[in-house]
Amino acid sequence: MTWMDPREVFLRNLHPAFYSTCNNLHCTWDSFECIGLHGQDAENAFKVRLSIRTALGDKAYAWDANEEYLFKAMVAFSMRKVPNRETTEISHVLLCNVTQRVSFWFVVTDPSRNHTLPAVEVQSAIRMNRNRINNAFFLNDQTLEFLRIPSTLAPPTDPSVPIWIIIFGVIFCIVLVATMLLIISGIRQHRRKNKGPSEMEDSEDKCENVITIENGIPCDPLDMKGGHINDAFVTEDERLTPL
Amino acid sequence: MEKTRPLWATPLQFVFACISYAVGLGNVWRFPYLCQMYGGGSFLVPYIIMLVVEGMPLLYLELAVGQRMRQGSIGAWRTVSPYLSGVGVASVVVSFFLCMYYNVVNAWAFWYLFHSFQDPLPWSVCPLNGNRTGYIEECEKASSTQYFWYRKTLNISPSIQESGAVQWEPALCLILAWLVVYLCILRGTESTGRVVYFTALLPYCVLIIYLVRGLTLHGATNGLAYMFTPKGSPMLSPLAFQMEQLANPKAWINAATQIFFSLGLGFGSLIAFASYNEPSNNCQKHAIIVSIINSSTSIFASIVTFSIYGFKATFNYESCLNKVILLLTNSFDLEDGFLTANNLEQVKDYLASAYPSKYSEVFPQIKNCSLETELETAVQGTGLAFIVYTEAIKNMEVSQLWSVLYFFMLLLLGIGSMLGNTAAILTPLTDSKVISSYLPKEAISGLVCLANCAIGMLFTMEAGSYWFDIFNDYAATLSLLLIVLAETVAVCYLYGLSRFESDLKAMTGRALNWYWKAMWGGVSPLLIISLFIFYLSDYISTGTLRYQAWDAAQGQLVTKDYPPHALAVIGLLVAASTMCIPLGALGTLITRRLKRGDTAPVA
Repeated sequence: MTWMDPREVFLRNLHPAFYSTCNNLHCTWDSFECIGLHGQDAENAFKVRLSIRTALGDKAYAWDANEEYLFKAMVAFSMRKVPNRETTEISHVLLCNVTQRVSFWFVVTDPSRNHTLPAVEVQSAIRMNRNRINNAFFLNDQTLEFLRIPSTLAPPTDPSVPIWIIIFGVIFCIVLVATMLLIISGIRQHRRKNKGPSEMEDSEDKCENVITIENGIPCDPLDMKGGHINDAFVTEDERLTPL
Repeated sequence: MEKTRPLWATPLQFVFACISYAVGLGNVWRFPYLCQMYGGGSFLVPYIIMLVVEGMPLLYLELAVGQRMRQGSIGAWRTVSPYLSGVGVASVVVSFFLCMYYNVVNAWAFWYLFHSFQDPLPWSVCPLNGNRTGYIEECEKASSTQYFWYRKTLNISPSIQESGAVQWEPALCLILAWLVVYLCILRGTESTGRVVYFTALLPYCVLIIYLVRGLTLHGATNGLAYMFTPKGSPMLSPLAFQMEQLANPKAWINAATQIFFSLGLGFGSLIAFASYNEPSNNCQKHAIIVSIINSSTSIFASIVTFSIYGFKATFNYESCLNKVILLLTNSFDLEDGFLTANNLEQVKDYLASAYPSKYSEVFPQIKNCSLETELETAVQGTGLAFIVYTEAIKNMEVSQLWSVLYFFMLLLLGIGSMLGNTAAILTPLTDSKVISSYLPKEAISGLVCLANCAIGMLFTMEAGSYWFDIFNDYAATLSLLLIVLAETVAVCYLYGLSRFESDLKAMTGRALNWYWKAMWGGVSPLLIISLFIFYLSDYISTGTLRYQAWDAAQGQLVTKDYPPHALAVIGLLVAASTMCIPLGALGTLITRRLKRGDTAPVA
């Protein structure tokens, strides 16, 4: 059985999350100090996970001490916005156990550096300023994760009138108008047809009155509507005989 | 003065009308499924054989009958033999059932079309729950596309017994769909003849655009390879699997069924369309053209569908892999970007050996991602059109454009088929002297549309989708087989094949090829009888009929039994149309006996 430092054993049993950070990366006395500082207030520490390469691809920057400084500055900035915490300095924000992932734990202490600020305050501060923290690192809610700090999901933009009703209304009106037009023109055509045959019948009756009948057989009535020239016998050209 | 029968302005209008009627939603959402189930490329063999042996002859028969008799289905079959007026009535009844439920699909297509003009597409993201900390549970368990279909579109109830209320949104879309159909059929062949140019040609434009887009999608080749060489069982090589499928009788039966229903035989629509032809029209050529175009469209549409399948499956497979990679990266605090799809297996092995206890904790959450399982999800029907396709569309760039194009094409296909369905009902009604003397044709069409719309509201209720499935599966299947069998037997044996042959020769001036006579007289009736026997035995052997119900709590479909009243409706549907045939014959027999009794010479 391998010998384990009793402090390590105590801390592992205290907070199960420490198991992951101390497992594959050997915990040094520095990190123990960091952990020791908030060993009593294990709940006030939050784990942060960044996926820089997933977010930025080729434009990914390396995570170094300067980036950590920026992160501490953003956290301090968020805390300064909380009433009663306007005096939070960058040095009050402690980072530890930075892994290759990139992931680390952070905790915010009070000015006396003896106690850690309660988790609820840190949570609400981070939630309020999440957008600015994300933008500082060119990341979003999915690529810069604060475990145990849920992000407020953006509400969907609901227009006052759903768009589909507008389009439905437009198409419905067009189809209705077209149908009405067709029906009305159909009724008009119908009426014209009804008038038409009745007019034809009147003129035929007039013609019939003039039909001469011989031996009970009606002669073909002369076309009263005007003489038709029988083209077989008379053409303009043949009036004058050609030379 | 007798009113002349309205005619198609050009024979091209007639061909387009037949094409837009025959090429419908079934070509898009049923054929690819059958291809996948029965061996991919090898399914084409029984399909083409059935086309030549069954599809073309029966299509030619219906067109020839319509063109010769120059009346709708009721009048046409009454002319063939007075005892067969029941066949025409059965066709009209089946068409009526079809009209009732088919337009509901157009209503759903309108709904999706109107919702395609939003960014992001409403079915691409899950809506947030009450306190905005996460997504709605039903959407999390299922997927966003399924949630949008089952909850937002249908608002489906857990079972067919709970009918729920009429949903006003689909109801509005249904009213619009019927209004559009009414607009197209208002003036009879005059208006229908112009509309079919669009409904026949535009879907092909959209299909070609989708073909180009589909083939250039990432992962499309996976789908196409799967279509032509399905994996089947791991024991057999793909070629052996396809050969085995050829010997499977189910493949042949499904090919025959697909050809039969895809052409829309037996509804009376083809007879109605052909009755508006010039008597000298060469309907043999048109029958061959229409059936070939119908089948080629099916094959073309399935190429598009399989490339979309491939894209969707590849996308889901890669998402699954990315989730596994993220899980491992987070659990072991590995460097971001270190794990890729290529070294995943090696790293997993390394982690399992280096940190066994930690790995065993994480192991249950690691999913086994497989491209084959993604491809094997075979879907047909409304599920394919409204869930699978929308899932693929939401991942494409400029997804609004593709969505609008796709649902516009579905609408064109659906309305094109509706034109034929309504023509099957309206032509016999307008032919009948009694009805057309009282009402003009616009009023008859309006009344038919109104009646269908009112009854169609039943399908917009919460349990409406279940009733839709009942109508889709049972309203037309058995009855159509009987009707077409009666038609073929009537023409060949009651009217007389030689008499029909001389009629056609007098009409078109061309002699009837021996091939058609052989098919009509022998092969096709035998095929239909065997299909009929197969279906009956299938129904009987299945025992209780079951359906798929959506379980909101689990976020997936569950199988349930139909309650007695649903079974009664199924029985009524089948009986209502099939009983018309014997009842019609019986009715004529009785009226003839009575007439003979009246005119008996007084001794």
